[in-house]
Amino acid sequence: MNQDIELKTPSKLEKILKLGHMAVTSECGPPRGSDADLIKKKAEIIKDYVDAINITDNQTSVTRLCSLASCIHLKLMGLEPILQMVVRDRNRIALQSDILGAASFDIHNILCLSGDHQSFGDNPTAQNVFDIDSMQLIQTVRHMRDEGKFLGGDNIIRPPKMFVGAAANPFADPFEIRARRLAKKVKAGAEFIQTQCIYNVPKFKEWMKQVRDMGVHEKVFILAGVTPLKSAGMAKYMKNKVPGMDVPDEIVKRISGVPKEKQAEEGIKICIETIQELKEVEGVRGFHIMAIEWEEKVPEIVKGAGLYPRPKV
Amino acid sequence: MIVASKKPIEEIIQSVQGSKRLLIVGCNECVTVCEAGGKKEVGILASALRMYFMNQGKEMTIDEVTLERQCDKEYLEEIKHMVPNYDTILSLACGVGVQFMAEMYKDKPVLPGVNTTFMGATLERGVWGERCAGCGQCILAKTAAVCPVARCAKRLFNGPCGGSTKGKCEINPNTDCAWQLIIDRLKALGRLDDYDELMPIKDWSKDRAGGPRIVVREDIRL
Repeated sequence: MNQDIELKTPSKLEKILKLGHMAVTSECGPPRGSDADLIKKKAEIIKDYVDAINITDNQTSVTRLCSLASCIHLKLMGLEPILQMVVRDRNRIALQSDILGAASFDIHNILCLSGDHQSFGDNPTAQNVFDIDSMQLIQTVRHMRDEGKFLGGDNIIRPPKMFVGAAANPFADPFEIRARRLAKKVKAGAEFIQTQCIYNVPKFKEWMKQVRDMGVHEKVFILAGVTPLKSAGMAKYMKNKVPGMDVPDEIVKRISGVPKEKQAEEGIKICIETIQELKEVEGVRGFHIMAIEWEEKVPEIVKGAGLYPRPKV
Repeated sequence: MIVASKKPIEEIIQSVQGSKRLLIVGCNECVTVCEAGGKKEVGILASALRMYFMNQGKEMTIDEVTLERQCDKEYLEEIKHMVPNYDTILSLACGVGVQFMAEMYKDKPVLPGVNTTFMGATLERGVWGERCAGCGQCILAKTAAVCPVARCAKRLFNGPCGGSTKGKCEINPNTDCAWQLIIDRLKALGRLDDYDELMPIKDWSKDRAGGPRIVVREDIRL
């Protein structure tokens, strides 16, 4: 393994990826209240099984404890948070300000997102912001880090040192530009990618082939996203109700084919098998395990997929 | 055109409750085309209100007039002689007309009779769709003449979000995904490579964000 690597930030995730390890990240959703213990408990469960922990930013537009404060709680526990930041709720002033806020606590990873539309959340009558889009947020963080300047041009005293990530959904339409869209994010400055949950492995492989054909897999670390299914009901819900989610019929059939009390176990099995299969795909550099309100299963998945122990760097 | 929709009759009744002499003013422009505030709608609304207040046993004079436009002073002046006869004006023009009416007749309450909604076009009989958000700096040349500012729910500049499904927007299965339309047109024009170009961060100071806007043409001023 090449130890002579060039690191742009103090991020542990960056180091692990650049050392050539398969990275493992997971996510914790903050609580709908101000009890920090809830987020700390979730983090405690998974901390030894992942390299970094995403904190979602008012996911599905439901108001929650903020991502930044949650990341600070994790940082104070000595963990490695990934600050998720959506452009739905903040203009460029607030985004840059929150980036600096995170940097002041030495939060070294950021995931730049558009954010789910507010009509899905608990405040459907809210205004949205979308001053800049997710690609432009990637550019903004890179500009602040690499140039040491604000978007307005002034110098930043102690610029943020953040490893910059973005999301990719290989399954949304139009499929033909999904790999190009990834390339565009990389051009904007994305250094790692966490994908949408993968259930349709053949389609993901097709997307990865397009990504490799453009040589993009050599310019960015792609972490394949997986979410264990808890039940046949969840599989059907994901298939039919979640926009941009691709759950093939075979998966729904498979989990529906086992008795109810065994479905969760089957869901974990599918998840582990998916990881095993994706490990062999050229260009996949790690996994992002989104166990939605099911953090206690992350250790089992990581171990089952042969991704434990995590490297000490 | 500016597209508007009729306010619910209950809301209008509530707002004109205190009036004894009401003048309903229509507009011959956009709101006529989108059938929200033209001569026909003025007539229907006036009849409905007369009937309602008659049933309530309330005496109320309700008259009708429709102007060529309500966004030009010379047309608003046409009712100068009538206005003193009424205690309230109900304008069925867009929000521009309502305000311009109020600016001209300063001591007269002017109420809106429609909800002004967007700049759009007639998609089919009885259906209108938004096309322009008036952002002040047109980018249609770069987006194959499909506007992501007006037509993408997240006004994304660099491509479709992860919720674009079978050509439709994630927030409404009846709404086209603007970026699907852009990609389709770029393809049809043989310009799909244009998609790879990153769109610069937008200058919103030309938009509503920059405060109320004014356009001045020195060369044609009197």
